[in-house]
Amino acid sequence: MNRNYELMFIVRPDMVEEDLNKLISTLESSVTSAGGTTKTEVWGKRRLAYRVGRFNDGIFVLMMIDGIGAVVHELERRLRVTEPVIKFLTVRTDEELKRIDKIKKIRDSKKKASAAPAATAAPVTATPEASTEAPASAPV
Amino acid sequence: MAEETKAPTAHAGSSGGESRPERSGGDRPERSGPRGPRPGGGPGGPREGGRKYFRRKKVCKFCVEKIEAVNYKDVRLLAQFVAESGKITPRRLTGVCMPHQRRLSRAIKQARNIALLPFAGRAQ
Repeated sequence: MNRNYELMFIVRPDMVEEDLNKLISTLESSVTSAGGTTKTEVWGKRRLAYRVGRFNDGIFVLMMIDGIGAVVHELERRLRVTEPVIKFLTVRTDEELKRIDKIKKIRDSKKKASAAPAATAAPVTATPEASTEAPASAPV
Repeated sequence: MAEETKAPTAHAGSSGGESRPERSGGDRPERSGPRGPRPGGGPGGPREGGRKYFRRKKVCKFCVEKIEAVNYKDVRLLAQFVAESGKITPRRLTGVCMPHQRRLSRAIKQARNIALLPFAGRAQ
């Protein structure tokens, strides 16, 4: 049962790019060895909204993970013991993605369906005599 | 949606004159069916000499712009719903609908945890 997760973490701003790449590749390999897939985005250096420890900014990294929960567990353990990582956050996204997909589908089907009735509904609401019928046509 | 909010007020403004005879006629409920008895009941009814005061109906930004994914990464969007003190702005002020407010507050809290938004005060 695969799920989608987003794992965002912040490393200290003075980290060398080489080390960062090494860290990312080890994390990625730990995911792939557990049978998951990842996509990583490095946002680069950003200002933190508040001070974390003694840091005012950090390098943000976002990993999109497709795998089981144990993968995330392992990644979080690794991040916790990795010194330069100052913050991380994991968010499960599959249910949200599913919901958005559903809405999109409904919207698309409505668009096709409403193309014809919209023309007939408009004059009904415009005439004041037929105002009692308006609530029925309004939610369409 | 923007046109939709304008439309009822325009409609109300034109029918405001006729609404009084209708009220004496007694078929008011039928009239109030379609879209709100708002102009008739409110203090902003267009009666002569009265205050000209219209409260603009607040609408949910997420519903209007069809923003479905309220994500913690979209700091610009979330920052619009955070007061200067860092607090989440209440729904009664922003007009966000309940389903979206729930998602919004969750996203803001996530963003705070990953230092994209401040817990208190302005972002540095």
